[in-house]
This record gives sequence, structure tokens and C-alpha cells, in this order.
Amino acid sequence: MDVDTKPPGSESGDKPWLDQKAKPFIRIDGVTKKFGEFTAVDNVSLDIFKGELFALLGGSGCGKTTLLRMLAGFETPTAGRLFLDGQDMTELPPYERPANMMFQSYALFPHMTVEKNVGYGLKHEALTDAQRKDRVKELLDLVQLTPLAGRKPHQLSGGQRQRVALARALAKRPKVLLLDEPLGALDKKLREQTQFELINIQYKLGVTFIVVTHDQEEAMTLATRIAVMDRGLIRQIGTPTEIYEFPRTRFVADFIGSINIFDGEVKSVAKNKVTVAAPALGADVIVEHTGTMPAPGAKVSIAVRPEKIAIERKEPGADATGNTIAGKVIDLGYFGKDSLYRVKLPSGTMVRVNAVNSRRADENERVAVWEDNVWLTFAPSSVIILTE
Amino acid sequence: MKRRPYFLIFALIFGYAFFYVPIASMIFYSFNKSRLATVWGGFSTEWYGKLLDNQQVLDAAWLSLRIAFVSATVATILGTMAGMALARFARFRGRTLFSGLVSAPLVMPEVITGISLVLFFIALNGMIGWPTRGFTTITLAHITFSLSYVTVVVQSRLASMDRAVEEAAMDLGSKPLRVLFDVTLPIIAPAIIAGWLLSFTLSLDDVVITAFTNGPGSTTLPLYIFSKVRLGVTPDMNALATIIVVLVGSGVAIAGWIMHRADKKRERDVQMAIAANK
Repeated sequence: MDVDTKPPGSESGDKPWLDQKAKPFIRIDGVTKKFGEFTAVDNVSLDIFKGELFALLGGSGCGKTTLLRMLAGFETPTAGRLFLDGQDMTELPPYERPANMMFQSYALFPHMTVEKNVGYGLKHEALTDAQRKDRVKELLDLVQLTPLAGRKPHQLSGGQRQRVALARALAKRPKVLLLDEPLGALDKKLREQTQFELINIQYKLGVTFIVVTHDQEEAMTLATRIAVMDRGLIRQIGTPTEIYEFPRTRFVADFIGSINIFDGEVKSVAKNKVTVAAPALGADVIVEHTGTMPAPGAKVSIAVRPEKIAIERKEPGADATGNTIAGKVIDLGYFGKDSLYRVKLPSGTMVRVNAVNSRRADENERVAVWEDNVWLTFAPSSVIILTE
Repeated sequence: MKRRPYFLIFALIFGYAFFYVPIASMIFYSFNKSRLATVWGGFSTEWYGKLLDNQQVLDAAWLSLRIAFVSATVATILGTMAGMALARFARFRGRTLFSGLVSAPLVMPEVITGISLVLFFIALNGMIGWPTRGFTTITLAHITFSLSYVTVVVQSRLASMDRAVEEAAMDLGSKPLRVLFDVTLPIIAPAIIAGWLLSFTLSLDDVVITAFTNGPGSTTLPLYIFSKVRLGVTPDMNALATIIVVLVGSGVAIAGWIMHRADKKRERDVQMAIAANK
């Protein structure tokens, strides 16, 4: 795949997952976890490479946290093996694993100061007192908490607690850091800022991060690669761009961002071009498609992201390229920087269109308002064919 | 015009009077010069002085304190262990039965507990020659009923504790026993201390079960008071009871004050942290 992605915190070309010979740092091999009758994780196999910031993304109950807890050693797989840096750690108890975890609730020790919290894991390391002190100081500097070293957790704000938890989990210099919803408890503004801090720290230390999150934006910003999970299965693994622009299944397309999905049937296939008849759109849609081509007559779904559709009040000329359909604006949501239109097609189908308000305009000068007849255009390269 | 809530004021006065008039009258009569407990004969503190000369009272008090200390300590250790087991074993067959069995002694009539214990001790003594009735049997009996209180207190504290904190300690390299001492016990310490204090008080003022399980020469303070008062209330018993009331009352007040102060400090700290973040 020749997708141009530049994952945060790494140089372009630094994509070990594309290298056939690269040795995975963490190998999850056919892991299943059952709680009684319920299968939380279902035969998952996954390779994660050194220095990655890998995200496990999914809704609640999809198995992402169970998978993380198995990596930490709090749960034992029902079947399958886990390897870290070539070492089989399936049976190792949590206190012997070179992996540390940052908990969703932060799980700080309420009776210890910030300094003691951060230094707790070093008690078991073969270090001199001076070395221990240095390490704690270094970590407190890293998360900018040195002035608060003597405070107790209940004297800290949410963001500060989060940073103590991070410093504590990094203290033992783990080979891999497991983060369970690391930003879940922070408010929106703080979350954005903390996201970038997290990426910087990861880049600085080069530790492999595995992040569990239900927040797709968080996963997109943080991760080098994302595994989208659903009901114990991994639905797709890829870079944020791959997941967003080239989802392979309806579930992934629908879960990440918002998308318009229509049922269709392949009419004809030419070189890189597929024509799909979509009754809901009342027209044939031309799709630029690479990879395995679907056979004519195959039932497929086609999908277009709302921001890839242009909306106009006047009919495009005959020279216009792309797919054009007509409709009527039913709903309009104005968000400032962009607007969301819900356009009803003659077939009754609703299409979501997201347009950036790049021009300053008052209410009368808007691109389109309620009850306006509009034309929607989208390029063949913007349409995704979902076969599953 | 605002109407005064006369009924509420009346209810309040009546309620407190109901609690404290008997105690106040006892304290009042402990300073009575007269030998007759209910006839005022002028102010005097002689009964307090007499108590200190009464070797029987001193012996009984010393025995009560020893029993209370040993039984509270043992009950706290066992009760903490039981509380942990009940809070931590996720689900096992008969869990409900077990937690029910732990709290049953809380509602069991003391007479029944007393009879069953004394029968058990006699049978055991017949078989293995131990325990002899006295300090040992009273202490064992007190452990039995205090245990339930400690278990319930510790269990509820553990139930509200974030288990991730223990997992975090384990994740950072501590083996389970280390986690217990580094993290779990310090966090539930208030519950353990409360359990100990509760057991200590319960043991100190128990009459019924103690009456069943005591032996010759092992008279605890409540038993001594009870036996004296049966022959008529005397001013020296009033004085003794007053001392107990004052000791217990000031203990409760000090504990309350310390806890209130800790709460205040905590509140202030939290507010400072929030302010520092703005």
C-alpha cells in the first residue's frame, strides 16, 4: 500500500510493520479470553513493533481492556501466547513483567506523596539511594511536577494526577507502557494538550506504548497504528489514515468518524474504475478502486465521508467531473468553522454533507439553507467500496 | 412574621433530656456527701477518694482493661482477615451464607451466645483440659462477638476501595504480601482502627456474656458494679460510673475532633489545588 502517512513522532519511512523481515517486539498469538460463557477476546493475533504508539480502539465491551490486562498480567489467556521481546510472558505474574500500566482511574497510592508514588516501583530495583533519587527527580522533571513532589494525590488536580500516574508507570523504564484510557478523565481542553505531551514523552523515551481508548479522535491523534476492535475481534489494523480513508468493513467505516453508506450492486468493472448502481442515490456511482476488484453483479456497500461531498445551489455544468446527485436541504447545523447539512434525495435517503465555512458570510449569504434545492458532487476517488 | 417551630424545640429538648437526665443525675449524686444515694447531703468528693482505696475496684478495672485490649487486638486481626476474604473472593458457592453467618452474632441474643459459649468451654475443658474459666474464657468470648463488628467494618471499607490501586502496586513489582502491607492495610487503616476501638468498648462494657463465661476470681468492672448495685445503689458506684462516662466521653470527643480537623485540612488542600490550577 502506498499510503503516505507520517505518524506523529516518527520519521517517514519508519514503518516496521511494512517490513517483512522486521521482528515484532510484542507478539499476541491467537489469544482468547473467556469469562464463563462470554468470550471477551476471540483468537486475536497482533504484532506490535518497538517504539510504536499503538492504539486499541473500540466501544465498551469490545475486549480492548481485557487484552491490555492480559498484557499486564492481571488476566490469564484462556488460549494463545503472549511474547515480549522474544520472551514468552503468558504465565508471568504482573510483578515480574517488564511492562507497566497506567490505570484509567490512575490508581495513585492515596497515602503516599507524589515523590513516593513515583519512586514506589524502584524499591525493588537494584539501585543505590542516590540513583533512586535521581530517577525520581528526572521523572518529576519530565512531567513538570517537581514543585509538587511533597503533595498527596488528593491535593492534586485531575491533570496533575494523570501526570503522576504516567511518571510512576515510567519509573521502572518498562519495555512497554500500557495505558488504559489515559485521557478519559480529563476535560476536553486539557485532553488536547495532554495528547501532545504524551506523544512528546513517548518520542523522547522511545518506549513502546499501547493505548486503550474508546475515543476515535484520541486514537487518530496519538497512534502510529490503530487496531479497531469489536466483540472480541480485531476488525482492522492500520495507520490512522488507512483506517479513516480506507476502511475495509462497514463496522470500521461507521465507527470511525461519520460516513454515508449506501447499498449497491457492481455494474461494470474497468481498469481502476468500478461502476456501482445505487438505488438509494438514483444514479450510478463511479468509484476509483485499487486492489482486488469486485466482480460485476456483486452486492457491495459504497461509502462517502460527509466532508468529501461538495454542496452547491446551482447545477454543475456538463463539464463537471465526479458523481452528481440532486437533493433538498432538510437540516442545517452551523458549528462556526463548518456546517453540517442533511440533504434528502428523491428516493427519501438522507445524505450528510459537511462543508467548511471558508468564506465569512451572514445568514443570508450561506451556501444553502433549509428547503433549498442543491446539487451534491463527490469525486470517484472519494468513494469507498466495502465488501464485508 | 416567622413562626417559631415550638413543636420541634419541644421534641429536641425532650429527646436530649431522655438521653442525658439519668446520666446527669448520676454524676450529680456522685458528689453527694450522704451515704444514701438519693438524698442530698451536701457536696463532697470523698467517694472518688474511696474508690482509689478499694482494691477490688482497681483489680476489676485492671482485668477489664487487659481483657478489652487482648480481645480487641485478636478480634481486629481475625476480623480484618475475614473481611478481606469476604470482600475479595469474587464469587464462591455459599458466599451469601458465609457473609450472613458473619453478621448473625450481631443480632443473636447475648444470653444465647453466653450459654452456648459456656457449654462449649466446659465440653472443651473436659476433653483437653483447656481453657480454665476466667481470663481466657472471657477473652475468647469477647473475641467471638467483636469479630463480627470488625469484619463488617473492614469489609465495607474494602468494598469501596479501588482495586486498581493494589493492581498498580503489583504492576510496579510488589508481590501480593508486599502489596498488602504497602498499600491495602494503610488504606483500610481507619476501618481497622475503628474496628479495634469498637471491639475495645464492647468488651469493656459487656455484662451478660461475661457473666456466663467468667470464673472464680475473675470479676470485670461491669460485673463488679452490677453485683454491688444489686444490693442498692451506693455513691461510690456513682463516682465510678462518672469516671467511666468522663473517660469515654472525652475519648469520643477527642477522636471526633481529630477526624473533623483532618476533614477540614483535606477540604482546604483540595480547594488550594483547584485554585492553583486556574
